[in-house]
Amino acid sequence: MQETISFNLNDKPIHLTVDSERMLLWVLRSDLGLTGTKYGCGEAFCGACTVLVNNKAVRSCQFPVKDVKGKEVITIEGLSKNGKLHPIQEAFIKHDALQCGFCTPGMILNACSLLYENPQPTQSEIIQGMNDNLCRCGAHTRIVQAIQDAANEMKGGRVK
Amino acid sequence: MKENKNIDHELGNIIDRNPTTRREFLKRLGGGITILFLFGDPLVLEAQRRTSEYPDDFNAYLRIGVDGIVTCFSGKIEMGQAVITSLAQMLAEELDVSLSSVDMVMGDTDICPYDRGTFGSRSIKYFGPALRAAAAEARAVLIELAAEYLKISKDRLITKEGIIFDKSQNKNQVTYAQLAKGKIIERHLKEKATLKAVSEFTIIGKPVLRSDSLEKVTGKAKFAGDIRLPDMLHARILRPPAHDAKLKNVDTSPAEKIDGVQIVRDGDLIAVLHKNPDEAEKALIQVKAQFDLPEVKVDDKTIFKHLINAAGEGDIVASGGNLQNGEKLSSTVFEEMYLNSYVAHAPIETHTAVAKIENDKATVWVSTQGPFRVKEQVARVLGFPSQNVRVITPFVGGGFGGKNSSNQALEAARLAKLTGKPVQVAWSRAEEFFYDTFRPAAVVKIKSGITNSGKIALWDYNVYFAGERGSQQFYDVPHHQTVVTGGWGGGPGSHPFPTGAWRAPAVNTNTFARESHIDIMASKAGIDPLEFRLKNLTNERMKRVLRAAAEKFGWTPKKAPGGRGWGIVCVDYLNTYVAAAAEVEVDKKNGNVQVKRVVCAQDMGIVINPEGARMQIEGCITMGLGYALTEEIHFKGGEIFDLNFDTYEISRFSWLPKIETILIDNPELAPQGCGEPAITCMGGLIANAIYDATGARLFQLPMTPERIKEAMKNN
Ligand code: FES
Ligand code: FES
Repeated sequence: MQETISFNLNDKPIHLTVDSERMLLWVLRSDLGLTGTKYGCGEAFCGACTVLVNNKAVRSCQFPVKDVKGKEVITIEGLSKNGKLHPIQEAFIKHDALQCGFCTPGMILNACSLLYENPQPTQSEIIQGMNDNLCRCGAHTRIVQAIQDAANEMKGGRVK
Repeated sequence: MKENKNIDHELGNIIDRNPTTRREFLKRLGGGITILFLFGDPLVLEAQRRTSEYPDDFNAYLRIGVDGIVTCFSGKIEMGQAVITSLAQMLAEELDVSLSSVDMVMGDTDICPYDRGTFGSRSIKYFGPALRAAAAEARAVLIELAAEYLKISKDRLITKEGIIFDKSQNKNQVTYAQLAKGKIIERHLKEKATLKAVSEFTIIGKPVLRSDSLEKVTGKAKFAGDIRLPDMLHARILRPPAHDAKLKNVDTSPAEKIDGVQIVRDGDLIAVLHKNPDEAEKALIQVKAQFDLPEVKVDDKTIFKHLINAAGEGDIVASGGNLQNGEKLSSTVFEEMYLNSYVAHAPIETHTAVAKIENDKATVWVSTQGPFRVKEQVARVLGFPSQNVRVITPFVGGGFGGKNSSNQALEAARLAKLTGKPVQVAWSRAEEFFYDTFRPAAVVKIKSGITNSGKIALWDYNVYFAGERGSQQFYDVPHHQTVVTGGWGGGPGSHPFPTGAWRAPAVNTNTFARESHIDIMASKAGIDPLEFRLKNLTNERMKRVLRAAAEKFGWTPKKAPGGRGWGIVCVDYLNTYVAAAAEVEVDKKNGNVQVKRVVCAQDMGIVINPEGARMQIEGCITMGLGYALTEEIHFKGGEIFDLNFDTYEISRFSWLPKIETILIDNPELAPQGCGEPAITCMGGLIANAIYDATGARLFQLPMTPERIKEAMKNN
């Protein structure tokens, strides 16, 4: 059903008239041109399409756009503030926590959600929290280190 | 010996070596100046490209801008392996510019030197020397030009970070940028420029972070699917339910009624297009089609028998001594068979392409490992002269050999021609699995023998359908033979669907078989597996990597099974030597394996970027857990059952062992490959460790909990 959906996207209010049953992933990538959010599997198995909705990681390939009504959506494009990278982005760079980079936006946003809920996670909590995000290149060890490092950097402060 | 039909063609039999035009290159860069001029005769250049892998003219590789930025052109592509950084290091080192001043342009067929493709861990090993030579020559030429410009003898000049100055009078200087002015440099050296010695390196060998991270962590990095063009349509294509199924009838009318949908039918190609990919997908579901399915001849259980039956006569690729004498010398003879299932590449980015046709020129953005080959294929499918096709390779979201084949680009090109609009084809995950060129199911049979003193006397090795690479053993065996039947591309009557090169093609299978078998002999001889290997090796380089891994691991001798869950292996992958030791824990109740720790030592000669090398080794170990433990394509005839990550399980965070890497210092040896070698360890390594833990020997990859339980039962 065509519907006008209003929500905050990367800190800016937005009104969209779309078929509200469509998945957020495609609305972001096609209608809004935000291509940082990736398609990897389309069935909520890989996490490449992860975005934040009210600071919580969701899989946008299975998340109808009608469900973001009135909410805050953050995509990878909206994570750095005033040209300053988010500590998790910084840590990914510092640790070379990526190879092809295709899983990276999803990894970073899932990590954001994880640290939002649990600002000082143990290593095994990080592994647990990231376990359903897939990376084929095998950047895992460095991703864990990067998240650990970012958590320390943020010192439990909730940097969104 | 017959002609070898199993040559390791990473690309199967289609290797195009057609050169590309330089016209667009010149147009884009704007050529011609005083000391500098237009490119050489295109025909001569073409001829040169046909005969040699890389062009001789250093201008083909680099360009120095007025701003001092050095653009490096490479036909290689970046899919995660970080050659975007290590190639830049090689250029910066020889040209003597700062690393940060190098910009990489990769995989663009109009402006990059021809390249057969990015595979086989060849970028540093084979393109690297051409790039270094080009940079060294450019530097020498710039010094000559500087000598004329500054009117002093060139012997008085030295270079540093893009500046040439008078040794005795620092202020007397000129920059590369001032001399080159962004133009092509006409002058060339008469003799070959001398490369820097290892001792002179200041950039090569220094660990640096990858240069594409910033783009990749901010979502700015463009992959093929991120290309957006005005009026672009997304296509979803009707697919058969099984390989070799024939379309009986199709009704597209319900889909045609959907707003904004365009249907295209061109022979076998039936596509639904819409400006949004999800709406195209929705419309495709409305297309009703019936297919005739071919008779099912084989499935994932019967495949191994089928392959043995389908195998023709093999080729002897190595032999020495006499097998009968070897058997006579042996006090114990071993005969075993090793199997491995079909494995998918499964990059997280599916095969994707965007094609645009304007007048008689096509531009295609493709996630591919072989842009130059795609260019020829697109030209053929469109009926265009090849110089009218440009392939641009944005960042590639993982390849692992699976993107050597890039049919999505041909589909996009055809649809762009048929619709008159730019078209994007991005395969769904199910299409990605279905159309994968799987790592082939394969069989290895080994008969071997050892003497009373634990020396290998006999090695009779037969491999079917894995491929030749890595099949030859490197132990000190007097009587041996290696026979290879069928390559990784299969052949008529072998596989029910296409197969191809998968990260370190053939060598994962061959290493699993060989290193498992070595362990079996060691155990029977009652000798510690490390000691057994060292005892049967004369190759000092191999012994060194083995010892390095063992030492860091803290290996102490014990005959297997020793209940420790330890395993060790070694491998020669195209002259990169790797050894790895691991510790695993096996849950004897449910057959689950947790790999606790992997120590990996690698000798790849001169290391360009130690940080990048470690990252590749870690990636190999992590990815390799998958084919060792879970990855397996289930199928019946041409029907593929694993079409997403629910049933096809790849490595996860919770599987992670502690990974330690050792880079062996070997400045004597030119840089070898790094992207693939270490992954070849993983099958044998885990098999040997499982044996040490449980006393159960696994003969089939992947080593699933069921197979492990089964092996423990039979033990
Ligand atoms: S694309 Fe959404 S989870 Fe894979
Ligand atoms: S970096 Fe390639 S999939 Fe994770």
